[in-house]
Amino acid sequence: MSSHSHVEDHLPHEPERATLEGRNKITAFWLFLGGETVLFGTLFAAYLTLRNEVNGGITGNELFSFGLVALATALLLTSSLTSVFALQAMHAHNKKALVNWLIVTMLLGLAFLGLEIYEFVHYAHEGHTFTASAFSTSFYTLVGFHGAHVAFGLLWAASILFQLTRRGLNTTTAPKVYLFGMYWHFIDVVWVFIFTVVYLMGKVG
Amino acid sequence: MDWLTTVDHKKIGILYLIAGGFFFLVGGLEAILIRIQLMFPQKEVVTAQFYNELITMHGTTMIFLAAMPIIFALMNAIIPLQLGARDVAFPFLNALGFWTFFFGGLLLNVSFIAGSVPDAGWTMYAPLSGTQFTQHHGTDYYVIGLQIAGIGTLIGGINFLATIINMRAPGMTFMRMPMFTWASFITSALILFAFPALTVGLAALMFDRLFSGNFFNPQTGGNVVLWEHIFWIFGHPEVYILILPAFGIISEVISTFSRKRLFGYSSMVFATILIGFLGFMVWAHHMFTTGLGPVANALFSVATMLIAVPTGIKIFNWLFTMWGGSIRFTVANLYAIGFVPTFVMGGVTGVMLSAAPADYQYHDSYFVVAHFHYVIVGGLIMGIFAGLHYWWPKMFGRMLSEKLGKVTFWIFYIGFHLTFFVQHFLGLLGMQRRVWQYLDGMGFNNMNFISTIGALMMGVGTILFLINIVITLRKPKDCSNDPWEDGRTLEWTIASPAPEYNFAQTPLVRGYDAWWHEKMEGNTAMTPVEPIGPIHMPNASILPFVMGIGLFITGFGFMYSGEWGTLGFITVGHAVGIVGLLITFGCMGLRSLIDDHGFHIEEDEILKDQGVKS
Repeated sequence: MSSHSHVEDHLPHEPERATLEGRNKITAFWLFLGGETVLFGTLFAAYLTLRNEVNGGITGNELFSFGLVALATALLLTSSLTSVFALQAMHAHNKKALVNWLIVTMLLGLAFLGLEIYEFVHYAHEGHTFTASAFSTSFYTLVGFHGAHVAFGLLWAASILFQLTRRGLNTTTAPKVYLFGMYWHFIDVVWVFIFTVVYLMGKVG
Repeated sequence: MDWLTTVDHKKIGILYLIAGGFFFLVGGLEAILIRIQLMFPQKEVVTAQFYNELITMHGTTMIFLAAMPIIFALMNAIIPLQLGARDVAFPFLNALGFWTFFFGGLLLNVSFIAGSVPDAGWTMYAPLSGTQFTQHHGTDYYVIGLQIAGIGTLIGGINFLATIINMRAPGMTFMRMPMFTWASFITSALILFAFPALTVGLAALMFDRLFSGNFFNPQTGGNVVLWEHIFWIFGHPEVYILILPAFGIISEVISTFSRKRLFGYSSMVFATILIGFLGFMVWAHHMFTTGLGPVANALFSVATMLIAVPTGIKIFNWLFTMWGGSIRFTVANLYAIGFVPTFVMGGVTGVMLSAAPADYQYHDSYFVVAHFHYVIVGGLIMGIFAGLHYWWPKMFGRMLSEKLGKVTFWIFYIGFHLTFFVQHFLGLLGMQRRVWQYLDGMGFNNMNFISTIGALMMGVGTILFLINIVITLRKPKDCSNDPWEDGRTLEWTIASPAPEYNFAQTPLVRGYDAWWHEKMEGNTAMTPVEPIGPIHMPNASILPFVMGIGLFITGFGFMYSGEWGTLGFITVGHAVGIVGLLITFGCMGLRSLIDDHGFHIEEDEILKDQGVKS
């Protein structure tokens, strides 16, 4: 990897932990994700309480289709993998590969978000609107919170891309990439739970 | 301007103290109005509607906008000093946490000016808080104001956790940390795991009200008990968030003024962790009469009673710390010693309430009011007064007047017991909470009168404390590093008030009660681990303040979305809300994109300081 800019070769192997600020950020972000876990846990609890309260409207079993959800899941899980590749590229101090993998991750996330928006619009046309029933309200709140997290992650990644291209990979930008990676995996794990609790249980549970 | 942009944790602590103190006065005024209304039977000093607003805002203000910020004030002012750290982990976030709390609290209290005040009780039970029974904007103010203030609390909690995990001085192991820092550590962990639940609850209630959601609307399949669960899954840990720092303060104060090492330090740490853990296991004891069934009630009863064990450990540890110590009755220690029996009384009524069958009798009576005021006022507020008197010189470089302080203590203490002791009996006789009037001839008259007199005495005590502050502000800043002369921990090894960088040289910690340890070895200063050199400091920033304003604007916009007309395809309210969000997120972007490397305080400046301040 010595063909790259010689500035980056001064970086330690794990540039995200090189400064106290970086270490603080990683510690605090782990803690923050613990709090986020409680947030989603509470949303799941609310959804599980209300998922059968369809108020005479459409049920989850009639609504959900596995094809769409399977595609969305594949996209998001793959994006988690590509974010790992981005991180490996960062540890190899390969900025170009890092930027490329980040872009791939973002594109996959964007595709996922597009699918989710399509899904919501499709459901709304079926009469499954936010105000239709307790089931629909809790469904949109839970899945929508996750979608908002994805959307925020994309904006965040864009900001990190901008900083990487402008300032390069250094001990200030490296922790940001690392935190984004943690965040993206967390979103992925939450989606696995949503897939199970909302869609699988909605279809067969 | 300096105060709007500061990222210095000591100044942020003072800001928290001023804001929290202001809200404490507001909440106290509300309490006194409530008591005046109840002074005599069947009087109408305030209207029934205003009475509901008073009890709601009193609870909300005192817990979220007074007690927690004042705790945060002491945590900000003291924790880094006790750890031997130069700063907190995230100075910028610390400032952001303060400003979001402040503007959230401001938004809540703007409701008084806007004329639609939250009036469904501080617990905001559905469906009373829903659109069906609360058509005005009261609940919206509560939901949005608390959401914004909650962001600030969560940020503060994560900041302290990271600070305590990563920023300890060499030798400051976890089991050498002062008790106040330990308690704050556990409290911050509770904040981290409790507040997101409130975030969800408030968001759900907001969706119900602003976007016609159905979470808590029984007509469309919603579930009102769900709100109670979510609220108390947050709410019970919240009361431990309040009391644990007070435990920490009491430990420090009693140990210092008994001139003895804290008895059973490791069991104190264990008890603190256990109380924190159990705090999450007992939320349904607030809902015994909801109809959860005997099995659930029994389990939550037992879990609640278990909390008495670690709390008892703490009480006895404090007693054994004083045992054989050479006790000095300073004002701080008076509050600390007064705290112990008072808190035990509150704890005992807590155990009584934890028995589910008995709770059917106590529920929603003044017995409950007496219980939680005994633990929150007699516990937390006494702890806060003790802490303020104890650390005032470290925060401001001046000592509060001891003479006036003692008068204040006795007036406040006697007033407190007069107010709430009789309320136990009122509750047992059947007087309900949250009710505007009571009938004559029920045997409530005398005790309510006594209770009101006591409340007025507490008001006088608070005013005397303010006078004490004003008198003190006129004194010269002449405190030594260790004004009590018995300081045991690191905050007493540096100037009062601490310089911007706290420690010119990071100290080496060689044992529990690090400063006392050095004193016993005959040293007059800590051993430094580094030579004097330039110190890196963060830059001040206006962004946190602007972000707070942005959220404030957002809250307003979304609340009044339906009422300010429309702008083409969007309502004016939503447009205002989105502008506020853009301000906030724009500031986030700026913070992210503009590299802020901070600055260095040079060696000669530090040496100059030492000449002045040593």
